[in-house]
Amino acid sequence: MSDALNECTVVELRRRLRAGEICARDIVLSVEAAIAARDEVIGGYLHRDVERALEAADAADLALPLGGVPVAVKDVINVAGQPLTCASKMLGGYVSTWDATAVARLKAAGAIPFGKVNCDEFAMGSTTENSALRVTRNPWDLERVPGGSSGGSAAVVAAGEAIVSLGTDTGGSIRQPASFCGITGMKPTYGRVSRSGLVAYASSLDGIGPMARTAEDAAMLLQAMAGHDVLDSTSLRDGVPDYVAAVGQGVRGMRIGLPKEYFVEGIEPGVRAAVMEAVRGLERAGAIVKEITLPHTEYAVATYYIIATAEASANLARFDGIRYGHRCEDPANLRDVYDRSRAEGFGAEVKRRIILGTYVLSSGYYDAYYGKAQKVRTLIRRDFEEAFREVDLIAGPVCPVPAFRIGEHAADPLQMYLADIFTIAANLAGICGISVPCGFTESGGRLLPVGLQLMGRPLGESDLLRAAGEWQRVSDWHLRRPVVG
Amino acid sequence: MSRAEHIDVAKTADLARLRLTPEEAAAYGGQLDRILGYISQLERADTDGVEATAHPLGLTDALREDVAREGRGVEAALRNAPKRSGDQFLVPKVVE
Repeated sequence: MSDALNECTVVELRRRLRAGEICARDIVLSVEAAIAARDEVIGGYLHRDVERALEAADAADLALPLGGVPVAVKDVINVAGQPLTCASKMLGGYVSTWDATAVARLKAAGAIPFGKVNCDEFAMGSTTENSALRVTRNPWDLERVPGGSSGGSAAVVAAGEAIVSLGTDTGGSIRQPASFCGITGMKPTYGRVSRSGLVAYASSLDGIGPMARTAEDAAMLLQAMAGHDVLDSTSLRDGVPDYVAAVGQGVRGMRIGLPKEYFVEGIEPGVRAAVMEAVRGLERAGAIVKEITLPHTEYAVATYYIIATAEASANLARFDGIRYGHRCEDPANLRDVYDRSRAEGFGAEVKRRIILGTYVLSSGYYDAYYGKAQKVRTLIRRDFEEAFREVDLIAGPVCPVPAFRIGEHAADPLQMYLADIFTIAANLAGICGISVPCGFTESGGRLLPVGLQLMGRPLGESDLLRAAGEWQRVSDWHLRRPVVG
Repeated sequence: MSRAEHIDVAKTADLARLRLTPEEAAAYGGQLDRILGYISQLERADTDGVEATAHPLGLTDALREDVAREGRGVEAALRNAPKRSGDQFLVPKVVE
């Protein structure tokens, strides 16, 4: 592993901080130097405040679990005093006046919110190409996307421009970019981490989660963020276990299911081979592997794009040009403020989803679309309940293919949506999932990272971390770094 | 069960308070028809007697003590207003 601080894990940095070999300021400066050298190419950051980060570093309490560790934050999450854009023209000039609970808890654990990173506009997309602000490139191949919607969060960790980051996952938006960029990304159980201060996309699906180089680093972030919050009435009251300890507990006797619907035609052979090699690795480490079925998988994409867009159409109604956000010039009347401010502020994909969501909720179509989707959601949820009677974890690919070429799906949103097939069901069912690096596949003469997806039962984060930690103990894919520049 | 052959983009955008250009409306019409065509496969799923899921893990009442808390204050609320007048949001005339 490189000796440069910006390439280190949280665990390594914390060891060196506490040993007095380095100070927190050194880490911030190392990360900043990497950004200065690479971010013009990678395009990950939308904002950073080095001066304030250095002040926080100098004041950092190293006795705290994340003392002195800088964190990059997806720009749909509020950090007090920093801009919040949601990668949209709608929120140009907006400055957050309070911290999201997840951010407040990271700060309380000693972490330093260092900057805001790019994503698809309002987290709607699978490539980060829907950002209205800048293009983010995959550090492994600059002609490819980093994935999305948390593409900036994944790219900056992979490129050594951040130690760890926060992403959000509504239909795969942490796991898929983690897979495309060769890092570790976890979507916690719905309600495990408070959504207070996260700009809402689809409220019954959204969640904040950690993105990191290792399962152990992800566990440390989750440890600090998880738990009930009075500001989010859907946050879970269940106690928070020792996630960091789970990383070292091994997989002996754990039962891992392979859903036959996740190993069908259309999966790139290199992706399938890497995923199966990881499954065999976990088996050699003592896990018991068996085939299972999730029979309603084929309906997941259709169900998701009804429910998510319906919720989005309601959530984004708040952007009306009155209290915050873009307001059009010289409106003729109140209705004109709404119609034109929204037309000018929102980008193409956001408009597409608002219109679709409005349509599936509209009078005459509600039962056929939204009502039906909510029932199919029950079927998908039951699939997982049945499966988790037989197994502790479910394993499969994160995405059927590696990172897309930039512009590959620009004219055909439906083809883009279909690639979400393996990540979406976890959000519909509210369960947790993680992507961990499990190899590379060759595409167009380049080697591109592949992620293994593990899904766990509700509040099964410790199971995910046991398996992810064991896999990273017996493999070294997570240690590979792209050469940028 | 009712389902349109084509989405009426103009009407739906109006409901969503989005003013579209004719080019946007035409492009969305074709794309959304294809997406709705794909979505219609849900008709095949047998949901007779199946309850709807509105929330993945089941909602329970979230109660807390009824005690006053500090709000975030007027300045924070107005910090990002497009237009303000003193301690108020400034908006165009509503009554014609």
